[in-house]
Amino acid sequence: MKLAIDTKKFSFTYPKNSSPTLKNINMPVYANQVTALIGPSGCGKSTLLRSYNRIHDVYPGNQYDGKILLYNNKGEKPENIFDYKKENELIKLRQRVGMIFQKPTPFPMSIKDNITYGLRLLGIKNKTELLDRAEIALKGSALWEEVKDRLNSSATGLSGGQQQRLCIARAVALKPEVLLFDEPTSALDPISTASIEELIIELKREITILIVTHNMQQASRISDMTGFMYLGDLVEFDKTETIFLNPKEKQTEDYITGRFG
Amino acid sequence: MSRLIINKIILILSTIAALIGITFLLWILATLTIKGYYSINWHIFTADLVNNGLRNVIIGQFILAGMATAIGVPLGMLAGIYLREYGANSKFAMIIRNFSDVMMSAPSIVIGIFVYGIFVVPFGGFNGWAGSIALSIMMIPIVVSTTDSMLSLVPQELREAGIALGASKAQVILSIVLSAAKIGLITGGLLAFARVIGETAPLLFTSANNNFLSLSLNGQYPSLTVSIYQLATFPSQTSQNLAWAGSVILTLLVLFINLTTRFIFKPRKQ
Repeated sequence: MKLAIDTKKFSFTYPKNSSPTLKNINMPVYANQVTALIGPSGCGKSTLLRSYNRIHDVYPGNQYDGKILLYNNKGEKPENIFDYKKENELIKLRQRVGMIFQKPTPFPMSIKDNITYGLRLLGIKNKTELLDRAEIALKGSALWEEVKDRLNSSATGLSGGQQQRLCIARAVALKPEVLLFDEPTSALDPISTASIEELIIELKREITILIVTHNMQQASRISDMTGFMYLGDLVEFDKTETIFLNPKEKQTEDYITGRFG
Repeated sequence: MSRLIINKIILILSTIAALIGITFLLWILATLTIKGYYSINWHIFTADLVNNGLRNVIIGQFILAGMATAIGVPLGMLAGIYLREYGANSKFAMIIRNFSDVMMSAPSIVIGIFVYGIFVVPFGGFNGWAGSIALSIMMIPIVVSTTDSMLSLVPQELREAGIALGASKAQVILSIVLSAAKIGLITGGLLAFARVIGETAPLLFTSANNNFLSLSLNGQYPSLTVSIYQLATFPSQTSQNLAWAGSVILTLLVLFINLTTRFIFKPRKQ
């Protein structure tokens, strides 16, 4: 299997904390697969996810140790994302590694402007090109049929599930190599959740997916690989089937059978 | 049993207090309406102060407050953006925030004296610029504070989402945060405008007053509030009626602006 990301001896410490929140994480992320991170609240799974596009850098004073290697589409030329120092290198990283948040985050502008936001940042000004790419992204996110007649109306008027698919379309429009999902369905109803899950499975043909979820059924439904985290450690990482049916570690078994967490 | 009695006493006391507050407001409005009814006529809006009208001073008051807005709102908003988006909870930002809050309760007469010292005396006389600057000094802390708190209402995820799409911090602020806080910022600006348009003390010895319509801020400048002060203390019935008329107009103006801001703010709350 091709590597998309490789996490090596990675530790992370929040500002003013004496001990690290993530301890010595070693975890591969394979290309065109869905990798799920599960574990009880406070185990560090979101912290780990937020390290892959260095969104932590919005707040100063964090400490990264170890390496996160980002491979290109062919699984070659790994680059350590912590070598990026300049702002434009970070911007490039975030264009390659997109992110979807727990709560939908539509910007206060029209649906069309939301989708083309990232593209316009790239300097694309041609209106037909922007519209074409918006259409492709919306079709790819199963939202086109619902919004094609109101592309110019405000995105905040959409339902929660539609807003979340809009955010996915907005990220997909940039043609990222990796998409990070931070509990993307925890604020949504079951029907919207199902449509997002379908979408994630659809997207993995083109994009490598990493998802943090509280919902173990969700992890087992959509992921190929699963990592179980506890108190800042990656306790076990394996094929999803193995994790759920035949875990090697007792802690993993206790968690997935609902004995704690 | 005593719980219930205490409960009753507190209820009665607070109701009385509320009624006293409302009584004075209604009293003011009633007095103004009665006095205004006899003193307001069309002549007031067409003649200047020199001919016992208020046209020039109303226009002058708007220009002074408008000029103050043009100076104060951009400065205050930029400072507010700095405090919330860049300074956040740093020590420096906290100090500025506290100073700004103290400034908000600075006596307006003191601000007037200060501006008299630095913009009137060195330039050889009362001028409209000094009046506008005095008003803008009153406005800045209000705008800083509303900008700061309105931006703090914008969810942090929205900023992160912008960063995650490859936007720089400045791009996130300009294209996402400000437009998410737009209604609140406009309201803040209007409230600050309403706050200064009724001010007298900062104008008394900065722009003073003018009997004629003037569009040049280089000289003494017509002002409605200063006119009310001067007319009300002048021993003539005509002057005093004019002062009442001015008071009514000013009150309606402030009321109108305040109601407008409520109207703008309300539909979004749903």
